[in-house]
Amino acid sequence: MLNILLRYTNLIIITLFILSLLSFALAYLFPGDPIEIMTGLKLEELQKLQNQSVNIGYDPEGGVLSQYGHYMSELFSGNWGVSFNSGQPLYEEIMQSLPASIELSAYALTISLILGLPLGFIAALRHHKLPDYTLLSFSVVGYSIPVFWLALILILVFSLHFGWLPLSGRLSLIFDVPNKTGFILIDILMSDIDNKHAVLLDALRHLILPTLSIAIVTTTLILRITRRSVIETLNSEFIQAAYARGLTTRQVLVRHGIRNALIPILPLLAMQFPTLLTNAMIVETIFSWPGIGSWLIQAIYQQDYSAIQAGMLAVSVFVVLFTMSIDMLLRLTDPKRKKVERGTI
Amino acid sequence: MTLHACDALITSKTDPNGIVYCSEGSPSSFNPQLDTFGTTVDASSHQLYDRLLDFDQTSGEIVPALATSWIISPDGKTYTFQLRKKVAFHNISTFTPSRYFNADDVLFSFNRWRLSTHPYHQVSGGRYPYTDSLNLNKLIKSVKRLNGYRVEITLQKRESSFLANLATDFAIILSAEYAKTLTARNQKQLIDSVPVGTGPYKLSDFRQDQYIKYSKHPEYWRSDKLTDKLIFDITPSSSLRLAKLITGECDAIALPAHSELEVVRQQDNLVLDEEPGQNVGFWAFNTSRPPFDNPAIRRALSMAVDRNALLEAIYFDSAIAAQNIVPPTSWAFQPDVKKVNFNPTAAKKMLRENGIEDGFSMTVWAMPVKRSYNPNAMKMAELIKGYLQDVGIQVNIISYKWSIFREKLSLGLHDSVLIGWSADNGDPDNFYRPLLSCAAIESGTNRAMWCFEKYDQIINEALDYSDTQERAYFYGQANELLAEQLPLLPIAHASKYQAHRKELNGLLINPYGGIRFGGVTKH
Repeated sequence: MLNILLRYTNLIIITLFILSLLSFALAYLFPGDPIEIMTGLKLEELQKLQNQSVNIGYDPEGGVLSQYGHYMSELFSGNWGVSFNSGQPLYEEIMQSLPASIELSAYALTISLILGLPLGFIAALRHHKLPDYTLLSFSVVGYSIPVFWLALILILVFSLHFGWLPLSGRLSLIFDVPNKTGFILIDILMSDIDNKHAVLLDALRHLILPTLSIAIVTTTLILRITRRSVIETLNSEFIQAAYARGLTTRQVLVRHGIRNALIPILPLLAMQFPTLLTNAMIVETIFSWPGIGSWLIQAIYQQDYSAIQAGMLAVSVFVVLFTMSIDMLLRLTDPKRKKVERGTI
Repeated sequence: MTLHACDALITSKTDPNGIVYCSEGSPSSFNPQLDTFGTTVDASSHQLYDRLLDFDQTSGEIVPALATSWIISPDGKTYTFQLRKKVAFHNISTFTPSRYFNADDVLFSFNRWRLSTHPYHQVSGGRYPYTDSLNLNKLIKSVKRLNGYRVEITLQKRESSFLANLATDFAIILSAEYAKTLTARNQKQLIDSVPVGTGPYKLSDFRQDQYIKYSKHPEYWRSDKLTDKLIFDITPSSSLRLAKLITGECDAIALPAHSELEVVRQQDNLVLDEEPGQNVGFWAFNTSRPPFDNPAIRRALSMAVDRNALLEAIYFDSAIAAQNIVPPTSWAFQPDVKKVNFNPTAAKKMLRENGIEDGFSMTVWAMPVKRSYNPNAMKMAELIKGYLQDVGIQVNIISYKWSIFREKLSLGLHDSVLIGWSADNGDPDNFYRPLLSCAAIESGTNRAMWCFEKYDQIINEALDYSDTQERAYFYGQANELLAEQLPLLPIAHASKYQAHRKELNGLLINPYGGIRFGGVTKH
């Protein structure tokens, strides 16, 4: 147990270290002065601050090592520089947009699980029968649809043709919800605004289309993974043995099938999260969802290098931390995996 | 129950107490004195501020606003304004006004752009493009406070377009008391980013490239009906603006694309207003650079281009071909000036005669943004490139980011440029002077860099008279001079369009500038 914890902590620290090196190197690889890119401030402004003896750790004479040291200490103190474009602190901007993306991905994942798992079971239990073929063809279609195209079609049908659902943003701009957690539904529930019901409804209306666009693709993925795992489990000897002992299909499935089929797919499902986040970032730009994806793409359009650098680091750190923690948790709980030879992402 | 919830999800509409306007970009500041471009004007001029005078939106006449009445001396040089009483400034979180609007505010607002020694003149850069281009700072001799509610403005010479200039989007009134407070706090620069005015709405929140939120000014002096909130949802893509209008996420949108007008017309719940535009889109030659200083070459280049084809391809028949720089609705318009006809053979001959050989290369700068006077300068530049190729001229099309584009243009680095002008008031002087006078080179609105003594003389003389008949005579001369010299080739006067939802009442097209939301309501 301790062994696993230590190994994972080690792995996480090393990976994060490499990421920080990469991010630091980006400042030198982007066109422009590295210090300007890291802080988002122009050299003159930095000089001015220095002259006013504000300690900003600006030391153009110091070597690369001392610069890296400064960079890291500023990162840890939440001082991520400011955006070239808006002049706002990047830490605040990222802390506002990253939760929006996580929220969207989480809802999409939830819906995909609710739909994908049972459908996967149905397909496996009716293996090589009509339901199986139907679901399988649905999943092939769903899986091969580009997510941005799907999002556009959904907009075309539900927003423009029927006029049922809004196509941009997370909440009508008319409503003011104080930003506490960055998760819109939680923020609304926590706030003490008068027309909470209407605001909540509005937020839900905004959520439906983007969530669906992401969820459809992920659902088909989960369906396929589940189906394969269930088929394998049902073909294994202990299931045959259970049948031989005279249990009904239902008993076999409930007592032996579900648990054993789910255990191998859980890590696979968790690993879908980065793909999900990538899809979410694409969908965000289409629905003008104020998440990290549309934020980064804006930054790229406007060549806002300080924002690109900080944004990339934030996203990659989040993805690494998330997937590794899930992986670690699964290893700690899965009896088959007690012995760990090496960590994998 | 579930059905009911679903129903609510797909039918609930936004609050009637707020108007959402999908605008095309972020303003550069909240002070139209500093910027003549539409985005800044829309976001500030009529929402946050008032002027001494206004244009009536339907008749175009000058009507009282913060000045209730005015007297002009017989020599036409002295204007005395009686000011409105009990006009309250915005009360914002960082400033609570202690008094009503009075003569001090007028003095402060005018002196800020007029006097280079004024403590606020250099704040935010010290450039006032509109008033500088019209030389208003030199025209005004003095602005005097006679008493708390009476102001006297004396001019150096008689100028008949003066009152019209005071009613434009740029002659706004700022709060002198707010400026004083900011000076004391050493925060002068906030005057243009955290604005205080007397307008129907006050600024409550602004996020670059995302939104501008305004709230109602409860003590607004007009009896206009106001909604609690006014929101500018910044949406740079025109197709996305249209989509949001269709779904009801916006109540009104800025600049519907000409190619999308048909879509708006087909929707039952949308309204498309159309108004002949007080604007001109043109192709200006940089006359300060040889060989474009030669009128014959400018004429030859103009003859090489088929303007009718440009009109069809770029404006989708929502514009009329331009003959003068003023549109036909203006009284200075003259239909019988010397025309430029499309004739590539003659153009080529003329070019050769003037020493332009095959393979000569020039630049056409195309503005990167869409304006009603030129919805797609890039495409127009491509077409012109094709036409000029036929007469043996190589064209390089140049475009930068909008802010850089304007900066480089003012430096005169272009050979020619596709740009235009929207009038700020109904006076034709508003076309002739900012576009082509010598003074306008410095202030950066004379894109042809054209300084022609005789022209300046004519348009200045026109201002000595107040009778339109007499003035029209001089503008006729100016039109002829321009048709002969061709410092720029007028291409089109585009109609102005405004699209909004049926629920929105009272939104009019303001032919002379920025959009106005005071008095607009929603059902």
